[in-house]
Amino acid sequence: MLTKRIIPCLDIKEGRVVKGVKFTGLKDAGDPVEVSKVYDAQKADELVFLDITASLEERKTLIGLVEDIAKNIFMPFTVGGGIGDITDIRNLLNAGADKVSLNTQAVKSPELIAEAASKFGSQCIVVAIDARQCRGSADGNVGWEVYINGGRTPTGIDAVAWATQACELGAGEILLTSMDYDGTKNGYDIPLTKQVTGAVNVPVIASGGAGSLAHFFDCFHEAGADACLAASIFHYQEYSVGQVKEYLYERGIPVRI
Amino acid sequence: MIAIIDYGMGNIHSVRKALISMGAETLVTNNPQDIARCDKLILPGVGAFGDAVKDMERQGLIKATRAHIEKKKVFLGICLGLQLLFEKSEESFGSKGLGIFKGTVKRFSNSSGLKVPHMGWNQVQFVKSACPLFKGIDNNSFVYFCHSFYAEPAQKEIIASTTGYGADFASILWQDTIFALQFHPEKSQGVGLQMIKNFVEL
Repeated sequence: MLTKRIIPCLDIKEGRVVKGVKFTGLKDAGDPVEVSKVYDAQKADELVFLDITASLEERKTLIGLVEDIAKNIFMPFTVGGGIGDITDIRNLLNAGADKVSLNTQAVKSPELIAEAASKFGSQCIVVAIDARQCRGSADGNVGWEVYINGGRTPTGIDAVAWATQACELGAGEILLTSMDYDGTKNGYDIPLTKQVTGAVNVPVIASGGAGSLAHFFDCFHEAGADACLAASIFHYQEYSVGQVKEYLYERGIPVRI
Repeated sequence: MIAIIDYGMGNIHSVRKALISMGAETLVTNNPQDIARCDKLILPGVGAFGDAVKDMERQGLIKATRAHIEKKKVFLGICLGLQLLFEKSEESFGSKGLGIFKGTVKRFSNSSGLKVPHMGWNQVQFVKSACPLFKGIDNNSFVYFCHSFYAEPAQKEIIASTTGYGADFASILWQDTIFALQFHPEKSQGVGLQMIKNFVEL
């Protein structure tokens, strides 16, 4: 049986793991290579590496660091941050990434998704969406708006519609981050995640807000996420990946123990 | 020496790294002469079926791989490297694979709510527990999958394990010296590394 995945996320700035609240107030959380090895040993199902300032400062993701991490782990590894074209993707895959995560550039030129998927296969193209709640225009219902450039620039694009479009273009997975919940430890954004898992037929990784064991359960059980991503809760050793999985296993969520 | 075919489509480092961690002597190559000299050959397979066939054909790698297999030397296909053993794939109509095995490569159907790609950790159910790659591995162990297409072999006797996703599909193929895995052993932590160790020790 295909299991639900637990994915630690390394937000990287200037070669260090950092973590903030709602995308600001970043604090140091360790050396990326050392932290990665710990998660591999904890049987994390996957690792995500996001160079969080790459897009804003127009820097290229730190290829050398990707190589160092890839050398030290035997689990799937997704890299994102500042990816602008096919060459960037090829360089990251060559450096040891298994999948790449497109965000800002995918919004600016959606054809990059199609081009990348046809070149490397949908299974290695993740589209990351940073979304913030807003009032839906027509009916006054709640909606979510896509932000780019590390959450600094609103786009006016509806997050659910964008997720659907990204999949039609060839995205093999959606990494969905709630900017409202990120780093708050108040739980995942269940309504947002549920909307997106219901709208697309590729796996959805929910991100932003994990603070307790029950938050993971709720996100799988209520929102139908395929994977839950978390940072602070693991970086600051509040729980190990194993503890999260045991909790889920006892409550009937299929996980790899 | 174990040769790893690199036809230029991306991440083959992890396969090599896993082999090296088992003490194997490896060579990453796109040179048919290297392939002729190696004891064991690995086709990792990244990208789409049609592109892979085209790139391999252009570099003389189809012929070299077929010759290696026909000489009964040990071969391991990983992911797309399994699918390339077949004649054709729904991914790329008109492209001709190695044709070592009869059958076809199909896309998972989105019907009944199945998400495609099949991505994540799933179990291998042994069909042929005598498969040498299973040494030290428990039935129903978890390995990492990441694919939208799967092979449907005409000869059922080459299926060494199946995995359930919608229906059961063939996740490991084995015939004499030919081994093929639909999942990524190099990404499957302890279980995957044990399979790679078993392969190195063949």
